[in-house]
Amino acid sequence: MNLSKSPEKLRYLFTTDHRIIGIQYLILALTSVTIGTILSLLMRIHLVWPDRILPFYGPILPEDYLAMVTIHGTIMLFFVLTTAPQSGFGNLILPAQIGARRMAFPVANAIGFWLTATALLILLSSTFVPRGSPISGWTAYPPFSAVASAGPGQGLGMDLWLASIALFAIASSIGGINTLVTIIKLRCKGMTWERLPLTVWGWFTAALLSVLAFSVLLAALLLLFCDRHAGTSFFVPTGDIVNGAIHAAGHPGNGSPLLWLHLFWFFGHPEVYIAILPGLGLTSMLLANFSRRRVFAYRTMIVTTLLIGFLGILLWGHHMFVAGLNPFAASAFAVSTMAIAIPASAKVLSWLATVWRSRPHYTTPMLFSLGFVSLFILGGLSGPILAQPILDEYLHNTFFVIAHFHLIMALAAVFGLFAGTYYWFPLMTGRMMSETLGRLHFWGTLLGAYATFLPMHLTGLMGEPRHYAQLTGVSNAAGHLLAGTLPLNRFITWSAIFLSTAQLFFFANLLYSLFRGSPAPPNPWQATTLEWHPAMHPNFPLEASEIVENPIAVYRQPCQYQPTPTGELFLPQWSPDATVDIKPE
Amino acid sequence: MPSTITPTSTEPKRKNHVEDHDNGSGRRPPTDKRTGGGGEGDNYGDRSQGNHGPRERLVRYRMGIFFALASDLMFFVAIVSSFFVSQSTGHFDAYNNYVNEWTVTTIPPILWLNTAVLILSSITMEIARRRMFHEVDVMDEWLGLGKPITRRAIPWIAVTAVLGVVFLVGQWIAWEQLAMQHVFFLSNPSSHFFYLITGVHGIHLILGIFGLMAALIGLYVSRSLESRQIMVDCASWYWHSMGVFWMFLFVLLVFFQ
Repeated sequence: MNLSKSPEKLRYLFTTDHRIIGIQYLILALTSVTIGTILSLLMRIHLVWPDRILPFYGPILPEDYLAMVTIHGTIMLFFVLTTAPQSGFGNLILPAQIGARRMAFPVANAIGFWLTATALLILLSSTFVPRGSPISGWTAYPPFSAVASAGPGQGLGMDLWLASIALFAIASSIGGINTLVTIIKLRCKGMTWERLPLTVWGWFTAALLSVLAFSVLLAALLLLFCDRHAGTSFFVPTGDIVNGAIHAAGHPGNGSPLLWLHLFWFFGHPEVYIAILPGLGLTSMLLANFSRRRVFAYRTMIVTTLLIGFLGILLWGHHMFVAGLNPFAASAFAVSTMAIAIPASAKVLSWLATVWRSRPHYTTPMLFSLGFVSLFILGGLSGPILAQPILDEYLHNTFFVIAHFHLIMALAAVFGLFAGTYYWFPLMTGRMMSETLGRLHFWGTLLGAYATFLPMHLTGLMGEPRHYAQLTGVSNAAGHLLAGTLPLNRFITWSAIFLSTAQLFFFANLLYSLFRGSPAPPNPWQATTLEWHPAMHPNFPLEASEIVENPIAVYRQPCQYQPTPTGELFLPQWSPDATVDIKPE
Repeated sequence: MPSTITPTSTEPKRKNHVEDHDNGSGRRPPTDKRTGGGGEGDNYGDRSQGNHGPRERLVRYRMGIFFALASDLMFFVAIVSSFFVSQSTGHFDAYNNYVNEWTVTTIPPILWLNTAVLILSSITMEIARRRMFHEVDVMDEWLGLGKPITRRAIPWIAVTAVLGVVFLVGQWIAWEQLAMQHVFFLSNPSSHFFYLITGVHGIHLILGIFGLMAALIGLYVSRSLESRQIMVDCASWYWHSMGVFWMFLFVLLVFFQ
């Protein structure tokens, strides 16, 4: 390492260039997802072999298990599913897709990344403080989260969690503002709202949700902080007995845990849409790209994206059916929850109609997009079931819910991320990813995903509860019931191990392709969106003078494909050619 | 011409008329009206002027600050919702009686004075903001006749900052007065909210005063006319919003306890 070069490196590290920031976000997410996956494996293994001793650590205690649940949920939801699609690809690809040279506020962008990285470090540091990480889950329900004596990890560990999530909320709001202004103000000539790729619409809606939702979380965190350190009782009624001690006996207070649930889920539900919306848009675009078709009902897809975002704000109550919500309110939330099936089904219909009777090119990104569709359908089918308050009474705290949200939110979003990675890898490195390894990775992941999460529906229906560190050792009828789920649980654990092992193909592919991948042609996928404009390609950058002479402009909607007898005709958005006979929709 | 004095369109905008040979008879014209893209019938023709031209940076920063303020509004909305929820929630005591501990926190009268000061500061800030866009002065600057804009805006911004500090001191006095009546943060659910709301709003105002300071320094240091305009413009929109937020919070504290 040459010392004289270190300022250069520092400049690279603290850059304000959106592409590098995007890659930094992706690396952060990759690190986080690795940690989160290892934690989930530890949990699965502990669940079925509770007596195993973790090497270098010792036996896993129930509080350790709950701490793993907390960190797994927090890290996956915030630092993977929010950062990677919205901030990672949102920085790497979004400006190029609207023909912009940069984000609207580059410095704020860099600040956002470093706040996120700090938040991650603070979260992880909670593992190493006395009494460890918090054990109240990523939802941090009071009184568990509000009283330091409620359990191990609820003291300093919980404070670190609060600090981490507060920083993350600020960073995400900054990112959301940046994305919105970029999309509204920096579109290139001719890029009208209707010509915006659906991916951009996904980012746009998710950014709107970030701006509206994260500050509500911040307010809730402030109130929780006051409850913990200032002696107020916003979330815990005074006189409540927590862990054998009367809470805040000296002060009056009407606090209610339900208030936290309302505030938290008003943020929390939009949050899960922030995770999935970019994937919805990307799937539409990739299916059309590889089927060489137009997106079926483009305008309707724009509307459904916005509608999913809008409805997403109105249905937070369905997380609270068993938490003491007014039953009349539950009915209203059930209606708004089931209403979201309408735009979601419209999306599925559009995807199916787009690929129907086409001749798709089954490349790896296409496979992952098809996998996304299958997961979205399958995970979505259990949505209306859980939306019924009466069914949810039984299912809410069982593994059925875990199966539901892992399929539709976690895995679907991860499939979207994989599709994006395979699709845009040439833009990052100028090399293609290996198709063989990609296929192995896809089939391993798909198989592992279904084998892991489908049986969870069954164990959930059998009554396996969430957040139980151990299923054995209970000597009554409930213990008999729990023991009955063990064979299926063993199968799930083996599947989870298989699923994680399949990810080694991905890492191998990343490393191999980074150094040995075949050089990418200018537009390897025959894509029509602007990020594949020749000026954007790392291997074939246009001369600066050429760009000045022909500034990027957009002449048409994305995905204009037409099969002809001689082959497929496609018109990129930047092609000014107006004579061809591809008719507007 | 400096981009910054190009006025925003005051004339009604003429519609872009495409000569399409449509005589209004309802029959389709014989010519192909398609523009060649899939954007037929879309909004390309009526995109607003200035998207890629004058005032672009100003508009971008202004939009950024508006989104940030929308986000901040949601923060206060969350706290106000909690206020109402807390107000209407009680609990059961050891004897199974339903009690609601909420009692009204008396508002110290000085808050009326503080509110007047804050309104006044918004007015002075608006004067400063308009000074930044005063056309004759902008023209003078562009011709190289010194920095008349900066000269004229600085006193108003300084007055605003002073009024802001006066408001904060007033809020502090209000807290002291409440403390004299033995009403503290922990006394009652309503006093939780009184201190929380005034405190959080005070922190926002402190940030605003830092913003004004930054704008003042920027007015001295920066040479770019547009940068100076942006700083004052964003600071003043933030300041106005904090004023408006305070009005709502004040009404809440006075009339809705």
